[in-house]
Amino acid sequence: MSSRTMAEQNTGGTTVKLLYFAWVREKVGRAEEAIELPAGIETVGELVGWMKSRGPEYAAAFERSGVIRAAIDQKHVPPSASIRGAREIAFFPPVTGG
Amino acid sequence: MAVRVQREDFDVGAEISRLTTGRSDIGAVVTFTGLVRGNSTGRPVAAMTLEHYPGMTEAELARVEAEAQARWPLQASLIIHRIGELKPGDNIVLVVTASAHRHAAFEAAEFLMDYLKTRAPFWKKEADPDGRGSWVDARESDEAAAERWHS
Repeated sequence: MSSRTMAEQNTGGTTVKLLYFAWVREKVGRAEEAIELPAGIETVGELVGWMKSRGPEYAAAFERSGVIRAAIDQKHVPPSASIRGAREIAFFPPVTGG
Repeated sequence: MAVRVQREDFDVGAEISRLTTGRSDIGAVVTFTGLVRGNSTGRPVAAMTLEHYPGMTEAELARVEAEAQARWPLQASLIIHRIGELKPGDNIVLVVTASAHRHAAFEAAEFLMDYLKTRAPFWKKEADPDGRGSWVDARESDEAAAERWHS
């Protein structure tokens, strides 16, 4: 991991589109929303932790945070992925197609 | 090379013909068709609903297909995945691979299915005869099947 410069830090105020699928969508109670990223949230894992604090429905949806998968701009990403520059972040259970 | 996500059913024979008609460089065609089972771990299934992530689904299937193209000498390939409400016995997914010789076609078809099952953003919800729904859990065996291609 390289150290972050000031310019790379999330200082808040950036709007991103969040998408939810399958039981994450059902528990949250909506399929998508636009939010302003809070300052200091840098990674997908940190965002999941913050999502839990947004209300009981979010706490329920993100309770099993180890199971939640994420995609940034329609590509799978691990919890350690940076959310900097993301336009669309999706949360969903492990996929079950095929 | 083609990827389709659709509500409508597909015709396996027609899809093979479309890939092979007018060509003489294809010596082997392998198809895999996945269907809805009427029971799930002992419980009856009356219907299955497939949800997906429009945009990412097509992109991920195209990435999986491109990876198969890079690994095997394929003359053609096709992935069709259905969405919406399906009944037991209905088709869910079709993978077709065509190559000069059978080994590439067999292996690429298996690879496409293993990768599709762990990467393409689809989610299955099963309904029992009383209409109670439950989301299908991902299987560790599917993850293991996809992992074996990393070597």
